[in-house]
Amino acid sequence: MKDELRVLLLDARVDRARDLARALKDAGCQVVAQLVAPVDLHATLRAVQPDLVIVDMDSPDRDTLEDMQRITSEQPRPIVMFVDESDSESIRTAVRAGVAGYVVKGASPERIRPVLEVAVARFEQFQALRNELARAQSTLAERKVIERAKGILMEKRGYSEEEAFRMLRKMAMNQGIRVAEVARHVLAAAELI
Amino acid sequence: MDPRLRIAAHVAGSERIEKRRLRIGFVPLADCAPLVFAKERGYFRRHGLEVELVREVSWATVRDKVAAGALDAAQMLAPMTFASALGLGGRELPLCTGHSLGLGGNAITVSEALYRRLVDANPEALIGRPVSALALRDLIERDRGAGRPPLRFGIVFPHSTHDLELRYWLASAGIDPERDLSLRVVPPPFMVQRLEEGHLDGYCVGEPWNALAADRRSGHTLITKHEIWNYSPEKVLGVSEEWIDRHPFTHRALLRALLEAAAYVDAPGHRLEVAHTIAGESFVDAPVGALHRALAAGGTGAAPVFHRNAATHPWISHAMWLLSQMLRWGYIEKPIDVRGLARRVYRPDLHREAAADVGLPAPLVDEKLEGVHGGAWVIEEATAPIAMGPDRFFDGLRFDPDRIPEYLERFAISSLRVRIDELAELN
Repeated sequence: MKDELRVLLLDARVDRARDLARALKDAGCQVVAQLVAPVDLHATLRAVQPDLVIVDMDSPDRDTLEDMQRITSEQPRPIVMFVDESDSESIRTAVRAGVAGYVVKGASPERIRPVLEVAVARFEQFQALRNELARAQSTLAERKVIERAKGILMEKRGYSEEEAFRMLRKMAMNQGIRVAEVARHVLAAAELI
Repeated sequence: MDPRLRIAAHVAGSERIEKRRLRIGFVPLADCAPLVFAKERGYFRRHGLEVELVREVSWATVRDKVAAGALDAAQMLAPMTFASALGLGGRELPLCTGHSLGLGGNAITVSEALYRRLVDANPEALIGRPVSALALRDLIERDRGAGRPPLRFGIVFPHSTHDLELRYWLASAGIDPERDLSLRVVPPPFMVQRLEEGHLDGYCVGEPWNALAADRRSGHTLITKHEIWNYSPEKVLGVSEEWIDRHPFTHRALLRALLEAAAYVDAPGHRLEVAHTIAGESFVDAPVGALHRALAAGGTGAAPVFHRNAATHPWISHAMWLLSQMLRWGYIEKPIDVRGLARRVYRPDLHREAAADVGLPAPLVDEKLEGVHGGAWVIEEATAPIAMGPDRFFDGLRFDPDRIPEYLERFAISSLRVRIDELAELN
């Protein structure tokens, strides 16, 4: 992990945000933006590109952040919430269950840093898992396309299954594209006939 | 002793209430009215409950607090309950509802600038009601040709009725919401501001945030939720399944109080009082005028309905339509037993019990064909006949809960991620 984490801080309470920003700096983080008023979060995130977002548990921006986590093109980021010491234990449980981490107001820099590091690590793990799943799904989809293309070649040209696959592979090599891509062309052509 | 309290004490099981002090979450929207009035007019107290209403500004926080027991119950978006039960985008948490907080009350609004461009693109398509999205489609095509960036529309939460309504309306005109537009989540109280600052070109949100944009002449409402689907489901009272298991009598008392409050706030003669009460900064914090206009809506049906037309009944067929759309847009990635899930989350049986306690009629059936009634009708399969309103979709399609796979197959624009044959095996 990079030495200096670039943090975006979202909190409507100015004094609390200021205290936390100071603690974050002491913990070796760079606070790239500190927002108190509601702003257009999409534009802000794109502009400042933080490594991590720290948001107040009761911030209205939470729904927007949650939505952005879902959309890969929005470049999801790890989120850490912070709560007041006065918040009940059950709220802390909620935060712990729902997101990567949480910081309690007034926590010392030595305690903040590990929380952020764990949040980033867990987030990266989750993203890796998600990408792997997406890859597995597309491999499965590709295999289905290739099977169907083989079926068409076998039916129309009277090839054996092996011959059909060799045919697809040859076309792919000649055109410098993937077998699945060729199979897709075959299916598209078959649909036209 | 207040005579009403004495009556309440006779309601079956009220002496067995497990928990009397409750914290209930609400969000600053017109349809928090039944919750506010249940407290302000003493319906909760009458049913043996001491309720603290907690104002929340994010649906994610509402869900997390209910999950952890920091809130006992809360106003929730109907699709949130299914998303939670399925663990979409987070931890799996079985949520339930035995009470629908209202029908209708949302609308799709565009900025004045976008409205002028729509008029320019296809003026005929904006004449008459309900308005189709054809002008929007023409404009999107023109913009694409000119290399302009996609239009930005706001919704309130990833899993919301707003998202599903907006997509349904867009797709019916040939707009692919995944490809042709940028949809983004913005908290309801900030919608008008984002529209005025030019960060959004339009949005789908609950009242009063459409009426307010119109009052400020910064937005133009194209179509209401009621026009998209007459008297369609909106918010529910969400609780965790575990909470109901542990507090069955408390939950029943809660529903009794809400049923009575819903009947009160629904009366046309009470809507001005409702607007005045919830306009305060501890509730919706919006101008009374916009709220009253949204709540009265000149009898067009655009105003939220809280009690009429069996509005409090959690219809399984409503739940199943919402789930059909969550499948359509690829939010649900595995084949599911739609009715099974709907019946686990929606609990019309609990609604009937509570309605019987307070002598209010309730339907005896949990499903109906949706989109078949063009006008007023009466449902006879109820503890007493109930006058019902139309339930038509603006495109004239019907929804038969027994034919979900066929229904999903007919949509030209969809991002279905499950196979129809696998879905058909379960439904």
